[in-house]
Amino acid sequence: MDKSKIGHHISQQFNSELEEIRTLVLSMGGLVEEQIRNATQALVEGNVELGEAVISRDVKVNKAEVNIDEECTHIIARRQPAATDLRLVIAVIKTITDLERIGDQAERVARMGIRLAEVDRPKNNYHEIQNMGDHVAKMVHGALDAFARMDVESAIEVSKRDNQVDQEYDGLMRQCLTFMMEDPRKITQMLDIMWAARAIERIGDHAKNICEYVIYLVKGKDVRHITIEQIEDELSR
Amino acid sequence: MTTNTNTTETKTHAVNLKSLGREQRSNVLKNETTCISTDNLNLFYAEKQALQNVNLSIPEKKVSAFIGPSGCGKSTLLRCFNRMNDLVDGCRIEGKINIDGSNIYEKNVDVSELRRRVGMVFQKPNPFPKTIYENVAYGLRLQGVKSRRVLDEVVEKSLRGAALWDEVKDRLHESALGMSGGQQQRLVIARAIAIEPEVLLLDEPASALDPISTLKIEELISELKDRYTIVIVTHNMQQAARVSDYTAFMYMGEMIEFDNTDKIFTNPSKKQTEDYITGRYG
Repeated sequence: MDKSKIGHHISQQFNSELEEIRTLVLSMGGLVEEQIRNATQALVEGNVELGEAVISRDVKVNKAEVNIDEECTHIIARRQPAATDLRLVIAVIKTITDLERIGDQAERVARMGIRLAEVDRPKNNYHEIQNMGDHVAKMVHGALDAFARMDVESAIEVSKRDNQVDQEYDGLMRQCLTFMMEDPRKITQMLDIMWAARAIERIGDHAKNICEYVIYLVKGKDVRHITIEQIEDELSR
Repeated sequence: MTTNTNTTETKTHAVNLKSLGREQRSNVLKNETTCISTDNLNLFYAEKQALQNVNLSIPEKKVSAFIGPSGCGKSTLLRCFNRMNDLVDGCRIEGKINIDGSNIYEKNVDVSELRRRVGMVFQKPNPFPKTIYENVAYGLRLQGVKSRRVLDEVVEKSLRGAALWDEVKDRLHESALGMSGGQQQRLVIARAIAIEPEVLLLDEPASALDPISTLKIEELISELKDRYTIVIVTHNMQQAARVSDYTAFMYMGEMIEFDNTDKIFTNPSKKQTEDYITGRYG
């Protein structure tokens, strides 16, 4: 289905209810995206104030999830949606679960940022974390964009980018381990960095999940837990 | 059926999906025995064509639902299966309908025997103005069964089969017209199954009933499908989704899509089906 098909129900009320949850998801997504960027920035710059702001704003993300869940429950109870409408509601429920988790991971990055602000900054100023953070923020943006436009092609394209995040994560892990072996006094600091990197890497996975829901929504095919090649193969049939 | 067209090229892949419990469900009716099949069926009411080239296989001992807007031909098609349309003036049929492999429109077919094999229940309950017992025993009496013992047995069995026995066992000899609408409808179903048909055709069987009676009828349908092939016409899409194994969507006399009910209600292949079940204007 394409985006224009959200409308055209005989019931105008139903149209606006579906449009409403879509809009709510996108605004929740916008909020989450900002959380990722701010959390990364807080860590990289050692900005405690910004980190604390991220932590306190996670409450907003949680509220958004609860609110959208409730809207979806109402739609199911009152409208008994079928076919694409049903898939939209299901995709929304699943998407917001992942968005909420992304919010939690961003909060985790912010916490690590606050802890790392107290110790010396590395020479490259957490360059790798900055890169990974930018990368996953773009993935989340791309996933939400694919959701908004119901665009399978770009959903696949965003999914593919998760591999790169994984590679960056592996590289960073190796670096941290090397530092830890060279100077055991840095172990605590390195562990914090590893935690933050792990959280960022998870955000990439959640973004990929959202892309899979977009494919489910548009094509009606469940493409979880299979490789990108299998997804493309499945869709070409 | 397209069972064998793409097996080789997708084999490696299919194993993988299967391990996830996500087998391809595209091969409709792959493991089903066909009970009723239509072959290029066209039907005309005088000049007006009501069914256009319908090709359909209805599986045995399953519930198949026909959905579609008013006037799309679903009741007309249902009526073809026990030749009720013979009673309509100016009705003309082309093509074949096979039940258990033989064409029911052959000249030598005994229509009353056909209607014994293919029972029908209508929208409005139509019990005869007789006692509950006599309503159920009616078909057997027509067949010449006189034995009190046999009649008693069949009446009890049929009423139990229609989930009505406990409610009426103490008033079998009271008039059927004193029952509630839902009870009357189940009585009519008991009457239909008393003569052991193979197929039960239900034309909007619950649309005149309250929600609880509707649920009882739906529950009954799922109990009966172990023994009978059931075809149900309904305007209530949720009802089709609840009770049927397969769903056919018809539009303007054409069979648009026939597939697993799960598939139809989550991911129909045709846009027209999609528009209808989601309540969009096409």
